[in-house]
Amino acid sequence: MSDAKPGTHGSRARDEAARGRRISWSNPAFRGLVWQVLAVGLVAAGLAWLVVNTHENLESRRIASGFGFLGNEAGLPIGEHLISYAPTDTYLRVLLVGVLNTLRVAVAGIVLATVLGTLIGLARLSRNWLLSRLSAVYVEVVRDLPLLLQLLLLYTLLQGLPPPRQALNPIAGVYLSNRGLILPALEWHAAHGWVLLALLLGAAGAFTCGRWATARQMADGRPRIVWPFALGLVLGLPALAAILTGASWSIEWPELKGFNFRGGVNLSPEYFALLLGLVLYTAAFIAEIVRAGVLSVRRGQWEAAQALGLRPRVILSRVVLPQALRVIIPPVTSQYLNLTKNSSLAVAIGFQDIVSIANTTINQTGQAVEGIAIIMAVYLTISLSISLFMNWYNRRVALVER
Amino acid sequence: MVDQADHADSRTASPARMTRPACLMQRLLMRAAGLVGWMRANLFYSWVATAVTLVLAYAVARIGIALIDWAALSAVWSVPAGPSGPDTAACRALEGAGACWAIITEKHRFVLFGTYPYEEHWRPALCVLIFVALYGATAWRRLWNRTLPLVWALAAVAVGVLMWGGVAGLSYVPNERWGGLVITLMLATFGLAFAFPLAILVALGRRSSLPAIRMLCVLYVELIRGVPLISLLFMASVVLPLFLPDGMTIDKLLRAQIAITLFAGAYLAEVVRGGLQAIPKGQYEAADVLGFGYWTKIRLIILPQALRIVIPPLVNTFIGIFKDTSLVLVIGIFDLLGAGKMAAMEPAWQGFAIEVFIFCGLVYFSFCFAMSRYSQRLEQDLRLHETR
Repeated sequence: MSDAKPGTHGSRARDEAARGRRISWSNPAFRGLVWQVLAVGLVAAGLAWLVVNTHENLESRRIASGFGFLGNEAGLPIGEHLISYAPTDTYLRVLLVGVLNTLRVAVAGIVLATVLGTLIGLARLSRNWLLSRLSAVYVEVVRDLPLLLQLLLLYTLLQGLPPPRQALNPIAGVYLSNRGLILPALEWHAAHGWVLLALLLGAAGAFTCGRWATARQMADGRPRIVWPFALGLVLGLPALAAILTGASWSIEWPELKGFNFRGGVNLSPEYFALLLGLVLYTAAFIAEIVRAGVLSVRRGQWEAAQALGLRPRVILSRVVLPQALRVIIPPVTSQYLNLTKNSSLAVAIGFQDIVSIANTTINQTGQAVEGIAIIMAVYLTISLSISLFMNWYNRRVALVER
Repeated sequence: MVDQADHADSRTASPARMTRPACLMQRLLMRAAGLVGWMRANLFYSWVATAVTLVLAYAVARIGIALIDWAALSAVWSVPAGPSGPDTAACRALEGAGACWAIITEKHRFVLFGTYPYEEHWRPALCVLIFVALYGATAWRRLWNRTLPLVWALAAVAVGVLMWGGVAGLSYVPNERWGGLVITLMLATFGLAFAFPLAILVALGRRSSLPAIRMLCVLYVELIRGVPLISLLFMASVVLPLFLPDGMTIDKLLRAQIAITLFAGAYLAEVVRGGLQAIPKGQYEAADVLGFGYWTKIRLIILPQALRIVIPPLVNTFIGIFKDTSLVLVIGIFDLLGAGKMAAMEPAWQGFAIEVFIFCGLVYFSFCFAMSRYSQRLEQDLRLHETR
């Protein structure tokens, strides 16, 4: 506009393009370019310096580099493994055992923390004064103590339990002793696989049935009764599979033999303490998120739904929950990520997760850079997977604006 | 709420012409009725609620009585000194029926100050007081201007002089001997002090129009937030020495401090970015129209508004970082929890770790609870300001 030359539209655009190319400090595009080149150059130079140093240090200390060590024999004794493992196996396998142990804690922790957190969050909103006060105290106390301290405390408490011979037996078949928690287990037969498959198929069928009914109702406004079909699919198919394959349903009860239990599922004190600590800690945060989510749904929404004559159950599932979920899901996602990352505290109480095993690997091989890189790669992969899944879910429940 | 309303009712309902004792009687009855009414409204409003209340009340009473018995009635508070160290027979005789607070009486100096020379313990103690005073000054909103960085710098110098010594007649104490609460406070305070400016720069960089700068900032934040703090601490303790040229070493404590600073920087940057995003575009444009340069615009227009919005989540992040400093015990630094764990591992005191953890927990809790209450009050104040 301040241009003195009264040029045509085209020539003014050409002028501006020329100004954009001008090499001068008063040109923002040029300034931006200089800053970026400077920043990238500095970071690259710093990284190069570190790489050169590391290379020299590794050479002078005669430490091998590269991931060749993964094929060597690990010789690490591992207490808990989901896949078969012996100390003669390779480092690759022992690290895989560690990843599976991390996932085992994280997945179970996420499910349990969600359930407990939702219950506590709703309890805090309860009309019952005692219930809401107690949940408030729980949330405040748990949130203001370091997780590591809680884990150490829980682990010490579990170790102080009586030995297996005097194990606590709160429910038949469940034993709690200083060897951990022992639960009865289902004896697994190949036939159970078919029943499980039938259950999944039935659930998928029921889901499709519900979708179809909703779509039809959207089209002609007539509600359709689907629950008998859905129930038939979910219960009938597995029952049919069970009868056809003739699976036997025997439960393996743990029993005391000598100094320890035989049979059943044994959760080691380390795993149990870690899982319990993570669940109790994360549940307190999820409780606050759930409470805020429910409170974020305005009173008017309840009242409007009541005025329309909807039943309480329908109000909750069709009006309140979809709106509350929108507020709840993003922060809960970051709690899931936190829980997964916090599972690395296993190293402090001796549960062999990926961090603990990679740490031992570093101590044995001296290949610290590779070890830390493996830890980081594993966590980045897990974190990204959880974020991708939760982002997909968030998009599903997000407000669709027209 | 209901309680207060009922009291107000009973006050207005009391007839003025009644004789005094009758009036008092009536008031008491009214108040009792108010209490009963409150209980019926809030504890026993349905069959389910009554059942829940009774079960909870029973559980609270049982657990409360057991806890009081363990922590106070059956507890041992001190033990006599034996020929070789304290004689813990009295504690062992309890067999877990009562707490052995004697370990705290005996070892609290170690838990709070670590292996710092015993007769010099007043120095870390004074440092703890300086830190607490610093937090108080920071919470005081009248100081939220240029004096605050000055106060922080002064506090840092004072803590450094007191802890290291070597000047003004104070004996020199190398930082391998530091430990306990002072380490926790130092890691948290200095970590946040350095992380905060870093976070502001990174948050601005992430919203910059320059693609390379934006990418660098995104990479930093996402990399750090994607991995656990423990892996960063391991990196600082094991890999960082490999990164440095021959002859150049960084002290272990400083390495942990660097890891915590980088960690806190990434999390704080995301909080600050939230504040930047909440500032309407008009504010940026108005500053541009006034002819402000980029940094003047950020310093005078954008940051003062953006930071005010995010103060409550900032304080929550501070609490998180404060708790997370306890992770340094994994790499062998004796902060409050590390020193506590160490104290409980001594042969004479083995088996009394619970008491030490409870003691450490009380210290952590008092700091975090104060911060969280402050954040809640601040949130209310700021909201008040907005609606006015």
